[in-house]
Amino acid sequence: MGLLSKKDSKLIMDPLADNNPITIQVLGICSALAITAQLKPSIVMAISVMFVMGVGNVVISLMRNIIPSKIRIIVQLIVVATLVIIVDQVLKAFAYTLSKELSVFIGLIITNCIIMGRFEAFALANGTWRSFLDGIGNALGYGVILIIVGFFRELLGSGTLFGFKVLGDPVEKTGLYAIGYENNGFMVLPPMALIVVGIIIWVQRSRNKDLIED
Amino acid sequence: MEHIELFFKSVFVDNMVFAYFLGMCSYLAVSKKVSTAVGLGAAVIFVLAITVPLNWLLDQYLLQEGALTWLGEEYADYDLSFLSFIMFIATIATMVQLVEIIVEKFSPSLYNSLGIFLPLIAVNCAILGGSLFMQSREIETLGLALNYGIASGIGWFLAILAIAAIREKIRYSNVPAPLRGLGITFIITGLMAIGFMSFGGMLTGGEDEATEESREDTVGMVSTTDTANTIKETDLSLETKEGTNKQ
Repeated sequence: MGLLSKKDSKLIMDPLADNNPITIQVLGICSALAITAQLKPSIVMAISVMFVMGVGNVVISLMRNIIPSKIRIIVQLIVVATLVIIVDQVLKAFAYTLSKELSVFIGLIITNCIIMGRFEAFALANGTWRSFLDGIGNALGYGVILIIVGFFRELLGSGTLFGFKVLGDPVEKTGLYAIGYENNGFMVLPPMALIVVGIIIWVQRSRNKDLIED
Repeated sequence: MEHIELFFKSVFVDNMVFAYFLGMCSYLAVSKKVSTAVGLGAAVIFVLAITVPLNWLLDQYLLQEGALTWLGEEYADYDLSFLSFIMFIATIATMVQLVEIIVEKFSPSLYNSLGIFLPLIAVNCAILGGSLFMQSREIETLGLALNYGIASGIGWFLAILAIAAIREKIRYSNVPAPLRGLGITFIITGLMAIGFMSFGGMLTGGEDEATEESREDTVGMVSTTDTANTIKETDLSLETKEGTNKQ
């Protein structure tokens, strides 16, 4: 990568695996679980968070020297809330059904701990470009988990991806359904999101023993 | 009647943690010990009980479409609901700050034991989620909004209390190493969420057979998790079921 120095690309790559915001830092789980029953809302959510985090990190890092530390939480909340209102209004204008589907969870990006966590831990202490990369990197790490969970839940739960019937038609018994496959309706229900994330954590920590807690 | 129904619905059926995953970050971070879990849970109940009715007032008299009619006829068409995120979060941040000051003044020991978690309530999604659900479900009166706030707080409190008790015990069991800590907590929460789903038929006027089934489910859950706390919780749930049967 010519554009990014080694240190900068580390900012993007680290959160994807070994410092993943969801599975390692334990941030931003609320929204990660609630909207992952299908792939499409998962991706929309990931993109929204990426926008809010990227821009928010830049804004905070530009203002970091003039924010009094006592009121920084309120300042951060206002910045995030403004950005989230933009996302919400854009979604309402261009993808109304989707924004209904996501219901309150777009609004809950405001209290998504990933965003506040990265503001506190990174943007308040680093320059603009690096903060931007950090925001994008963490949003990517968040998005990856969302997409993995959404993929499995939609595939196993309703046999579709993005609404296309990839496993055949359950009513006409084509594809996999012809040999007796049934959709696992459980995957669509909320509790399975938790269990899928639990399994992701399990797989990740078995591959990298350093991450194991005692 | 309406109040009782809303109360049980918010505590069990629409439980903040198990049905909507709200406030998961602090739920996972603070649930290592029962004592801190109780402190945070109580603070969440308190803040929800204040902010939901306050935000209800804001929503009714400032933000909703036509809410500004009390200012005069010419304001009747205004719809400020796009501002609700920023107004709600401002109310919440202010209230949390206020609670912090009050607690510090009157009970320094509680203040010290809560430590960093008190300000963190401001970014607990359960709090903002309470207000947003209050708005999207169009709760009708101030009393119901207060009820909704307290009940969802109690639901969150129950959830964090149960998981903290389980985590205290599970330390002594032989969990596969990569699953220790976070992983097993996720999976237990998932199992508890499945258990709580059985409350679903409680208020929908489900058939008698359906309630029987769900009762068996909850009992099954207890035998697998096997903690004093969940048993207590099922007792509670059975009581509430009897309560609703009387209705």
